[in-house]
Amino acid sequence: MSGTKVYIIGVGIHNFGRTDGVSGLDQGVFAVRQALADAGVTWQDIQFAYGGSDSAGNPDTMVDRLGLNGTQFINVKNGCATGGSALFSAQMAIKSGEFDLGLAVGFDKHPRGAFDAKPAEYNLPEWYGDAGYMVTTQFFAAKIMRYMQLHGISRRTLGMVAEKAFLNGVHAPHAWRREPVDLDVILNAPMVSDPFTKFMFCSPGEGGVALVLASEKKMRELGATPIQLAAATMRTRPPGSFEVFAPSIDIGGGVNTATRLASAAAFDIAGIAPADIDVAQLQDTEAGAEIMHMAENGFCADGEQEAWLAEGRTRIDGRLPVNTDGGCLACGEPIGASGLRQVYENVIQLRGAGGGRQVPGNPLTAYSHVYGAPGVSAVTILKR
Amino acid sequence: MTQSLFTTEVPPRLIGGRDRATGRIVFPHPGSDTFDAVPLGRHGTLWSYTVQRFRPKTPPYQGPADFTPWVVAYVEIPGEVIVEARLVDVDFDAITIGMPVEFCTVALDPSVEGSMLLPAFRPTAGGAA
Repeated sequence: MSGTKVYIIGVGIHNFGRTDGVSGLDQGVFAVRQALADAGVTWQDIQFAYGGSDSAGNPDTMVDRLGLNGTQFINVKNGCATGGSALFSAQMAIKSGEFDLGLAVGFDKHPRGAFDAKPAEYNLPEWYGDAGYMVTTQFFAAKIMRYMQLHGISRRTLGMVAEKAFLNGVHAPHAWRREPVDLDVILNAPMVSDPFTKFMFCSPGEGGVALVLASEKKMRELGATPIQLAAATMRTRPPGSFEVFAPSIDIGGGVNTATRLASAAAFDIAGIAPADIDVAQLQDTEAGAEIMHMAENGFCADGEQEAWLAEGRTRIDGRLPVNTDGGCLACGEPIGASGLRQVYENVIQLRGAGGGRQVPGNPLTAYSHVYGAPGVSAVTILKR
Repeated sequence: MTQSLFTTEVPPRLIGGRDRATGRIVFPHPGSDTFDAVPLGRHGTLWSYTVQRFRPKTPPYQGPADFTPWVVAYVEIPGEVIVEARLVDVDFDAITIGMPVEFCTVALDPSVEGSMLLPAFRPTAGGAA
């Protein structure tokens, strides 16, 4: 890895879920102030910022709230990879030697219900929307339906992913859903898009996350706990992938994904292997995504998830705890903030500050992964 | 220019686009002159599916206000492409990945005269492809 090492020295979060009367931008500002205080720096010290939001306004307008000191502030809008892209850009600014101290911030505030995408935004014909196909849940359901058949994954295993998410969310102060839900209730709830019931999907929501990044020199100067951002990658889709809003797929397709590319690149940059990871946050917009992403990110072979879940290997006390704050299922998905929430949670875990959801055994490495339309993925690896 | 989804023959077939440079077939025809229009095969197998259990948001959905669940499927047309289409004339419980299906069309809103026709497949008569 060329350039200086990059460290995350401060983190802040505004509670996810619904916060009536507080704009998405103000949730972002809240997170920034918390992250600055956590790092022991002030807004005046910050040399640059990258901010991401999908539908809650221009992030750079928050300089009104933070102080008009002329700081460079670049807005990022990159679908579900918005947060990951802001973080990628911020670490590049430090690695290049241009700056020593900066900020990555993401926030959002979506209306209730499913995302309402328009065909034209995805280069699709109007009839596709008329037909009722601009519905993201159809893709996730069809993708796992085939995966279950090919690799022997049961519906019960999908239910166990959701059960674990809600159990973990109980101990995460920033989570939206903080009540456990019985496996039978999850499995027998109304079906939304087969094989998923309503408890197996996350909802669009609200929230804000901020991370303060520093060069190695600055980190030492401030005496911060060194949590290194060992890799941050973002990739778009390869040929033959199966993505959200796909009117057709290549024969033999659906195997290669943007996730596989982003993951392989991140492990290469960090110089470690999936078996070296102690805790992981994997995109779980629904219960099937977590299952498939375990394999796409290299943590297990296709089909092994059935045994992994049955043996509790992804629970807090398992071999590879996954989505320790309840993930998207318990936290909801404010697009601009969601990927940064995963990194926030990993920093908390590496600091040993997870409270009731703390992964035991002093985790040293942490992995995060987001995926979204139209086939984008962002991965980070942290080391302590 | 928007390319029609269906051939004008009776019964119709789907029209895909074959990339002149690579031979790759996509659906629908992208409307670009780098793709030749090709009629797609009538027979295929179910690649995957889900049941849409709630009414999609309008706009853009133009189906009936009175919603009944429908199946959205991916069908593999051998040697050509996997297309997204409705799956009709089947009990939800009887759907299995790999089942043979044949092409048909379905009205977006059967209660409306001249309602838009959507690409669809149904289980192959007699069960054999």
